[in-house]
Amino acid sequence: MVMRIDCKGLYYRKQNKIIRDAAEEGETEFILDNANGQRYIGNGIEKNIKITVNGVPGNDLAMFMNGPTIIVNANAQDGVANTMNAGEVIVHGSAGDVIGYGMRGGKLYVRGNIGYRAGIHAKEYKKQIPIIIAGGVAGDFCGEYMAGGVLVLLGLNRGEGVPIAGNYLGTGMHGGVIYIRGEVDEYTLGKEVSVLPLDKKDLKVLTKHLKEYCEHFGLDLDEIMAEPFIKLQPLSNRPYGCLYAY
Amino acid sequence: MASELPPEFIVKIAYDRCRRCKRCVMNCSFGCMQFTDRVVPEHKLCVACQRCVTFCPEHAITITKNELAYKENANWSPETRQNILKQAETGGILLTGMGNPREYPILWDHLLVDACQVTNPSIDPLREPMELRTFLGRKPDRLEFVESEYGEIDLATEIEPQVRLDVPVVFGAMSYGAVSLNVHRSLAMAAARSGTLMNTGEGGLHKELYPYSGNVIVQVASGRFGVHSEYLNTSAMVEIKIGQGAKPGIGGHLPGEKVDEDISKTRMIPVGSDAISPAPHHDIYSIEDLSQLIYAIKEATDYEKPVSVKISAVHNVAAIASGIVRAGADVVTIDGFRGGTGAAPMVIRDNVGIPIELALAAVDERLRSEGIRNNASIICAGGIRNSGDMAKAIALGADAVVIGTAALVALGCRICQKCYTGNCAWGIATQKPELVRRLDPQVGAGRLTNLLTAWSLELKEVLGSLGVNSIESLRGSRERLRGIGLDSQTLELLGVKPAGVGQ
Repeated sequence: MVMRIDCKGLYYRKQNKIIRDAAEEGETEFILDNANGQRYIGNGIEKNIKITVNGVPGNDLAMFMNGPTIIVNANAQDGVANTMNAGEVIVHGSAGDVIGYGMRGGKLYVRGNIGYRAGIHAKEYKKQIPIIIAGGVAGDFCGEYMAGGVLVLLGLNRGEGVPIAGNYLGTGMHGGVIYIRGEVDEYTLGKEVSVLPLDKKDLKVLTKHLKEYCEHFGLDLDEIMAEPFIKLQPLSNRPYGCLYAY
Repeated sequence: MASELPPEFIVKIAYDRCRRCKRCVMNCSFGCMQFTDRVVPEHKLCVACQRCVTFCPEHAITITKNELAYKENANWSPETRQNILKQAETGGILLTGMGNPREYPILWDHLLVDACQVTNPSIDPLREPMELRTFLGRKPDRLEFVESEYGEIDLATEIEPQVRLDVPVVFGAMSYGAVSLNVHRSLAMAAARSGTLMNTGEGGLHKELYPYSGNVIVQVASGRFGVHSEYLNTSAMVEIKIGQGAKPGIGGHLPGEKVDEDISKTRMIPVGSDAISPAPHHDIYSIEDLSQLIYAIKEATDYEKPVSVKISAVHNVAAIASGIVRAGADVVTIDGFRGGTGAAPMVIRDNVGIPIELALAAVDERLRSEGIRNNASIICAGGIRNSGDMAKAIALGADAVVIGTAALVALGCRICQKCYTGNCAWGIATQKPELVRRLDPQVGAGRLTNLLTAWSLELKEVLGSLGVNSIESLRGSRERLRGIGLDSQTLELLGVKPAGVGQ
């Protein structure tokens, strides 16, 4: 059974309670129509449910989420996948600022652009590795303080002269990896990262995730892989180790 | 280059009493005590943690300050000169541990408590019941009742979630990583026995302590270490850490050496990687953003747990606290500038922030004048040393107080301020298995429980002498305090009259 909820004029607290209660009783699939800024959709849910959002969801979509799949058939706002643990978020538009902040696992696929401060302090533990892929470009402070995870910027459909990422890319980064399809200017990089070519292992990881990404959005993997990528990695997992007098 | 720093302490060994048992050598975790044909101290390595002094069976060890290291000078103290030498040698930020040790005025020691004489009788707490129970959480503006058809009166107002404390003291936020798991075990057990709360700090909660969920405040800090929905729900209360009294406005770095297998699992970061907490939460740049996080946590916990916001006591603390309450926090925790830390730059710890006494008075006054004091409980942290400080804090408006340093001292801490080295000889601020073992959590829990029992008895004595029989009657009752040796502006800020003035 699919539960359809008309979100027109529905307060987020009520809407999310309907979803939580129904999921508790075994409902596995939800379709939210006319979503218009309702916050915290999927927040903290631990069950493997599927939520399709028709309309624009509000801030902190999928925050603390642990398992569900959320498909957004529009743009998403700020804080998507904030401190998310597991599950998938697929956004068929662009997403706002601070997406994937402190993300600990799961996948966040955005078809369009992403805003400022994406993937800040994403982390990883053993096999639990968060993946963020954006089809377009990113704003400033992308991957700041990144402690783990994989962040991919594809820069598709961008206008002439539009940079693929803003300033302070990967600043303070001390774990994880950022793959960028194209080039970035040296001056936009944080001083804690280095630019490297991709090795075989990188290509394997990247192809695996991009294959999935392309399936979601009907894109051609070969076409995407035809352009060269660069890799951004932290110079140290202890960037501030020698800052102090003991 | 050999260091020019002279030793800070001199270790004297009375060889006529020393029986060469080597206990001091085994106990010293800073490598100061060496044994050749007899115990030879390397003075430079001594930090005055007193571990050797305590465990020497012959009391043959004394540690003294190295008085002769510098020529006396009222302006250039030995420490100032030592710090310059250290920085000249390393070029680094001076790192330190524990709370602000400088000689700033301690206002608790300038406040005096009233007592009853003749006209209204005092109460003997040994014979009469005394209520120390406190409920933390948002209180309603008014209560509404309905009468059932059988004539029974029922409460109609929906009460927001409350946390019950049997004693108005909670343990301070000290992360697993900064302190050992045995410290967390001791705190959790003692909190459960005493009917109060421990606070995870920002490093997550070890799985072993999940059964103590009813006595745990789980913290959400900027690094979001170990934060997931199960963690948020394994708690009595959730706290958003914005600031810490010892280091307002800056983040934290748990050095990679302290991130072992268990800590990496609890924090969900790789072994040996620095655990970096950014200075701000990057999803909070305004009161509206803070509100968004508060309600994100409420959504994730199904509105069943109070949410606290912890800030450092800074100049504008009253206005900030007002914003926090309006953003939806159920509890505001204010941490004064004498609050402790596992590691902080000395320049921040010793120079930034304001005393908790003034911050507490300002916040309580501001929330009252705005008519929103009932919307949140106030927890007062940072430099509470004894039950007297606690009683005064409650009279100034606190619902409960926090003890961090005092709890660690009960566990054996000698306040040597070397927490950041990871070498804590008392098994507290360390992750080295051989040192962690030194703190037995059962013993630790017993000592902490004793401390809270003692403070409860003392608080009851104070209440009795004031002629009141519940903590509620003392709360915010500044009329029962008088200031001594304080200037008129400080008295005004504290909202207390000078000693000698009657009603």
